[in-house]
Amino acid sequence: MIRQIFIESFLMINHEIKLNSKLFDGEVERISMRAGFGEGLVQAAMRDKKIVGLCADLAESTYMDSFKNKFPDRFIEVGVAEQNLVTVASGMAAAGKIPFVGSYAVFSPGRNWEQIRTTICYNNAPVKIVGSHAGLNVGADGGSHQALEDIALMRVLPRMVVVSPCDAIEARKATMAMAKTDSPTYIRLAREKSAVITTEETPFTIGKAQILFRSGVKNQAGRNNDQHSKRIDHESCLDIGIIATGAMVYRALHVAKKLDEEGKKVAVMNLSTIKPLDEDAIIKLAHEARAFVTIEEHQIAGGMGSVVAECLAKHYPIPIEYVGVNDLFGQSGTPRELMEHYGLSEKAVYEAANRAMLRKL
Amino acid sequence: MAGIYPCYNQMPLTEEKIKKLTEKAAEIRKSIIDMLIEAKSGHTAGALGMADIFTYLYFHELKHNPQKPKWEYRDRLVLSCGHICPVLYATMAHAGYFPITVLKTLRKFGSPLQGHPHRDYFPALETSSGPLGSGLSQTVGMVMADRIDNGNSSGRQFYCVMSDGELDEGNSWEGAMLAGKEKLQNLTVIIDRNNIQISGFTEDVMPLNPLVDKWRAWNFHVQEIDGHNFTDIDRAINEAKSIFDRPSVIIAYTIPSKGIPEFERKFEWHGKPPETKEEISLALKAIHTMGGKMKTLNDD
Repeated sequence: MIRQIFIESFLMINHEIKLNSKLFDGEVERISMRAGFGEGLVQAAMRDKKIVGLCADLAESTYMDSFKNKFPDRFIEVGVAEQNLVTVASGMAAAGKIPFVGSYAVFSPGRNWEQIRTTICYNNAPVKIVGSHAGLNVGADGGSHQALEDIALMRVLPRMVVVSPCDAIEARKATMAMAKTDSPTYIRLAREKSAVITTEETPFTIGKAQILFRSGVKNQAGRNNDQHSKRIDHESCLDIGIIATGAMVYRALHVAKKLDEEGKKVAVMNLSTIKPLDEDAIIKLAHEARAFVTIEEHQIAGGMGSVVAECLAKHYPIPIEYVGVNDLFGQSGTPRELMEHYGLSEKAVYEAANRAMLRKL
Repeated sequence: MAGIYPCYNQMPLTEEKIKKLTEKAAEIRKSIIDMLIEAKSGHTAGALGMADIFTYLYFHELKHNPQKPKWEYRDRLVLSCGHICPVLYATMAHAGYFPITVLKTLRKFGSPLQGHPHRDYFPALETSSGPLGSGLSQTVGMVMADRIDNGNSSGRQFYCVMSDGELDEGNSWEGAMLAGKEKLQNLTVIIDRNNIQISGFTEDVMPLNPLVDKWRAWNFHVQEIDGHNFTDIDRAINEAKSIFDRPSVIIAYTIPSKGIPEFERKFEWHGKPPETKEEISLALKAIHTMGGKMKTLNDD
């Protein structure tokens, strides 16, 4: 019976995008997003000489050290000085470089927001800001080091692109994609190793949201299953839509599996680009689900859920339950303890989904 | 390559050239006052105080080409203290970057001459500025990028003009520390040491002295000059270029609101233009007659 349920749930996964086949195994592989970033930076730098790296005394823990070791002449250590980090990068961008700047998200963009605003966004400089150690998963270091405001800080800036990958593989692809654009870009990375959701084959495009899971559709569109295709087009074919970003995507998938097993029809969207927003995909899912849960390791205020709400309030208002940190600072603890305390556990997401369904019009 | 473009810095500073620069600086001060009066807001003291140094840079020192502002081999001048932009705009207009008539649009809707410099609106600028303390770091980034591509031999000089007040900003010293660490020989920082900032005298608001010692401690070659004396400016710039093991800073002592005796040395003129009829008339008379030394057209 358990085996049967597993197979059923597995079939709900969007096969078109070739996710990790061991997604729902207990022993799913976990890799740090930072490692994915570090690898992506080296690969991008091998292709493009214009890429330079700057770090504020955190090359090792932001995984910029592989770039530093491979391209010592293109790496600049600015010391513990995050304002300098981004302003020097702005000057290098003005001189034709594509700088990647690495630090913890609480310091960059936390400490140097105005410099990012004026010298990077106002100048439209293609500086790529890498904010590591974002979210509660920082754990033991405590609230001072858990960035829960960075999405809000960055999404409010004109021209800034905001990317929040769901795993290490997506972090690598996002890094390489960022390197090719002229836009100021922020990428948000977790400290903890996170479950590998995607594979090498999974497509990634900045600005595109993806449905990773959908109940009742064993073959996604394009597989010549007319009956199912029609169902997708039909409004309200789902009971609930879950939109998640970052490592919370994995939690969303587990909650979706549970709901699906209970007979609910559910879809999970990985919103890995928070800005520019894939409005079409969100509106389409809103038509289908008519109730959402958003999940993010970030303050509810100004975060990804707010982005979704801004879009839907205008185009297709539906009930939304926000799972995130509710106007509080973090503290020391294990990631699991913190997720439970601040209401981001699997149980909390499950309950939020049920609340959202009850609120459905 | 450089020869086909205006290239002022090969020429010696003769007496005749000093006379020309003095006249040019007087014209630039006129433009500054005219544009501030027209704009009805803006920063008077620093703009007038730095007119001589900007004149020297754009009409004698910088390798640049007003017809090709993005000319690859140009020297870079980054204005860190964006609020004194009337002097930058006026100097660039007189140098031929855009018609002098455009100066009258300062701070007006749609103008390339934004209240604080914005590269979007005026692409010939090296950067946008206004919020203080970030220009030095950006200049450091430009020098570092140049060094990655060309070593120290690109022939480009990088100038960063800063105010003394913005040395209160920690970001300024972060930039200085990195410049010292990296021994950026092509970098020359020029500090407008006019001893005032918006709410008072620098040494009252936040003492900067001993300023020379501070820069020496960051491994800069330090010079102090009279910022209104072209011979002094010229000597210091050339000395800065001859130093090969560290970046340079020139602390230029200037008189805020230089050219309008009634406004000179008063911090109250940091952030406002001549507004009342009396102020406007004082300013115009002083600036248009060089303190009574010349007749104005209106007097005829």
